[in-house]
Amino acid sequence: MQIHVKVNGVEYKHDVEPRLLLVHYLRDVLRLTGTHIGCETSICGACTVHVNGKAAKSCTLFAVQADNCEITTIEGLAQNGELHPLQTSFKEMHGLQCGFCTPGVIMTAADYLKQNPHPTEEEIRTALEGNFCRCTGYQNIVKSVQLAAEKMSESKPVTKEKKEEVVV
Amino acid sequence: MIPTAFDYTKPATVEEAIAALSDGDSKLLAGGYSLIPAMKMRLTQPSKLVDISGIPSLKGIKEEDGEIVINAGTTHYEILTNDLIKNRLPFFTQAAGIIGDVQVRNRGTIGGSLAHADPAADWPAPVLAAEAIIDVKGTGGGRSIPATDFFTGLFSTQLLPDEIIVAIRIPVQEGARSVYLSFEQPASRFAIVGCAVLRKADGRVNIAFTGVSEAPFRDRGAEAVFDGKSWDTATIDTAVDAAIGEVDVLSDHFASSEYRRHLAKVYLKRALQALA
Repeated sequence: MQIHVKVNGVEYKHDVEPRLLLVHYLRDVLRLTGTHIGCETSICGACTVHVNGKAAKSCTLFAVQADNCEITTIEGLAQNGELHPLQTSFKEMHGLQCGFCTPGVIMTAADYLKQNPHPTEEEIRTALEGNFCRCTGYQNIVKSVQLAAEKMSESKPVTKEKKEEVVV
Repeated sequence: MIPTAFDYTKPATVEEAIAALSDGDSKLLAGGYSLIPAMKMRLTQPSKLVDISGIPSLKGIKEEDGEIVINAGTTHYEILTNDLIKNRLPFFTQAAGIIGDVQVRNRGTIGGSLAHADPAADWPAPVLAAEAIIDVKGTGGGRSIPATDFFTGLFSTQLLPDEIIVAIRIPVQEGARSVYLSFEQPASRFAIVGCAVLRKADGRVNIAFTGVSEAPFRDRGAEAVFDGKSWDTATIDTAVDAAIGEVDVLSDHFASSEYRRHLAKVYLKRALQALA
């Protein structure tokens, strides 16, 4: 069946089989190979992209489900040749080693920083729990997201108290 | 991993979805985060997927006639960030916030989770403790199923093959307080043990567990301990002793049945203490 999607600002129309996964559509049809395939079972998060602005695992989504949606992949983060602050921060803080998980981590972090521009370290770790990294031990990933949050906000980050348990 | 081929349809109304569902070996597709992995592993091979994510009447949360109504296609993220739920059903907010991860919460729906009836899903515990009613529709019309009757076993519910969950209705209990606590499997975040407790204004209590047994359940034995008793340490300890009782507790490579039984009591105690 025919799908109509907008990927990184470019509109596409393609005939696809319903069982074609979105990640295969992005990689094999559009040749956007920055989105990686890791576990294939919706656990590791390497395939994370934005569907209508929200982080989603593209290995657990059929391309037909993305019909009429706007998709952003790691290739769409840089604007006018300028890397996104998350991308420069990962470079500066050594937030990656082999780099396989990095596109997914950055896409999840980009969605999260829109919702919470001044996250605590603990909030960043919680936000990234759907993205597995087998190299870094996560320390520099967290530092990279913290640095990106600072770069993305003009004011200094607000230091938050640890959030109370929601017991009412 | 590639699933077997299937037809795909995306109806615009519940009625169209029911018609599509009653035709052949069809399955409903909502968030897809349980169904699609099962299809990729070929544990299930439906001939047709009926995508209900585009049905407007299955979206949204409202308060109406003394009830909170959560339409079945509402995502975990939408429940997590909803102020009405935060104020009225804080343990729904707690449960929504620990389901899976950000990406799962963005796509997964409460109706999908209840219909799938994974024994380790979070939603069944607060849904049971809140005395929710599950509204379903099928070719035979609509019916309302109390949550306590809905879950029948491992991945099994009262839903008929042509029925769709349309809404979850929760009676507003003025002055009630609630908590949901879970011990999560660290990779998947599924509940090895999940415990929901609702303390009513008159001191009575609803206790529900998920992850413990093949089907989630209300723990009537532990609840009865609070009848006519004050909420003190002795009552809480007696309830914890009474909990789980004769329940057939699950055992797997994450937790033996002895360990699960122990965890269930620990989490019940913490939940009761939080509401004391």
